[in-house]
Amino acid sequence: MDALVNKRIAKVIKGDQDAFAEIVELYQHQLYQICYRMLGNKHEAEDIAQEAFMRAYVNIHTFDQKRKFSTWLYRIATNLCIDRIRKKKPDYHLDAEVRGAEGLNMYSSIANDDELPEDELVKMEVQERVQYEISRLPDKYRAAIVLKYIEELPLAEISEILDLPLGTVKTRIHRGREALRKQLSNL
Amino acid sequence: MKTCPDYIVQYMNDYLDGDLEPSKERVLKENLATCQDCQKIYHELNKTIAFVQSASHIEAPKGFVEATMSKLPKQKQRSGAQRWFKQHPLLTAAAIFFVMMSAALFSDFNNDQQFSFTKQPNVIVEGNTVIVPEGEVVTGNIKVKNGNLRVDGELHGDVTVVNGQYMASSGVITGEVEEIDQAFDWLWYSIKDAFKDAASIFSNDGAMIEE
Repeated sequence: MDALVNKRIAKVIKGDQDAFAEIVELYQHQLYQICYRMLGNKHEAEDIAQEAFMRAYVNIHTFDQKRKFSTWLYRIATNLCIDRIRKKKPDYHLDAEVRGAEGLNMYSSIANDDELPEDELVKMEVQERVQYEISRLPDKYRAAIVLKYIEELPLAEISEILDLPLGTVKTRIHRGREALRKQLSNL
Repeated sequence: MKTCPDYIVQYMNDYLDGDLEPSKERVLKENLATCQDCQKIYHELNKTIAFVQSASHIEAPKGFVEATMSKLPKQKQRSGAQRWFKQHPLLTAAAIFFVMMSAALFSDFNNDQQFSFTKQPNVIVEGNTVIVPEGEVVTGNIKVKNGNLRVDGELHGDVTVVNGQYMASSGVITGEVEEIDQAFDWLWYSIKDAFKDAASIFSNDGAMIEE
């Protein structure tokens, strides 16, 4: 598999754009899935997955062919997803008090789409609910959980993708798993 | 209510990651057998993992490959040209040389609008006209730029007039007469001249040393 991919990469570097289409073909579903689970939105997932492929194409000459291509590609994608998640987040702290409104914090002034009421949750299908709970995890736990349980990657590879020491990856998976356990305990 | 010790939860996590030492695994199992809260947590953790893993594998939308490919920057042609240059270094060098050379010559032609001529001892200058006076004999070539030439006497050599006129007269010229008006002619002349010089270096090797 790796040898096959490296052959395509060599062609792409020589200027053969069609060879890159074959790479996209190979990885499209996995990459899209990571983006979808991270972002919880189909349009955004498509957008970011395409962006990730585009960046891989433009920077293909910087890829070290002794390494695993998927690791490199997933790294580009997860970084883009985390950037996107952070950009969407408002730049203020939710529990900061709103000026001039004593006792009111930002929690009370945002729309309810961030946290759904109990009866809404009950109506959700299991699949939907799981996705919803994943997308409520803090982004650093989310990336680790998605790579571990949805992509089923070994911890060593996750540590390379996220550019984090193995111990940190484990901690994030533990915390993410613990948070999900609590969030899903009523299911 | 009794809360389970943190290290037991840590053991559970390590166990789920598949890297709990056997001695600790025994501790964990004993604990799970006796503590209902721990059992509950352990059970929930497993359930959570099962739920997350059961999230159906979704696929990229149809036409994803085409859409992605259409967004790529069009680098193909540029890299094609680059490749060509890499494969033909000699031709590339030659092409660059000619471009630079002609650019230099053209700019020479355009910037050098001043009247100038080859200095010879017995010519006179009237305005923009170089005159070989009657009765005088000039030996050697004369080149006039941006001016005219009139030969009334005798000239033993070639005449080149750039951007000017050679005025036919009663004089005698033993060499060639050439008038150059246009940039392209000038370029051609310069190249020809360069080759002539080169040729003369090769053919007159011996002669030059004698000089």
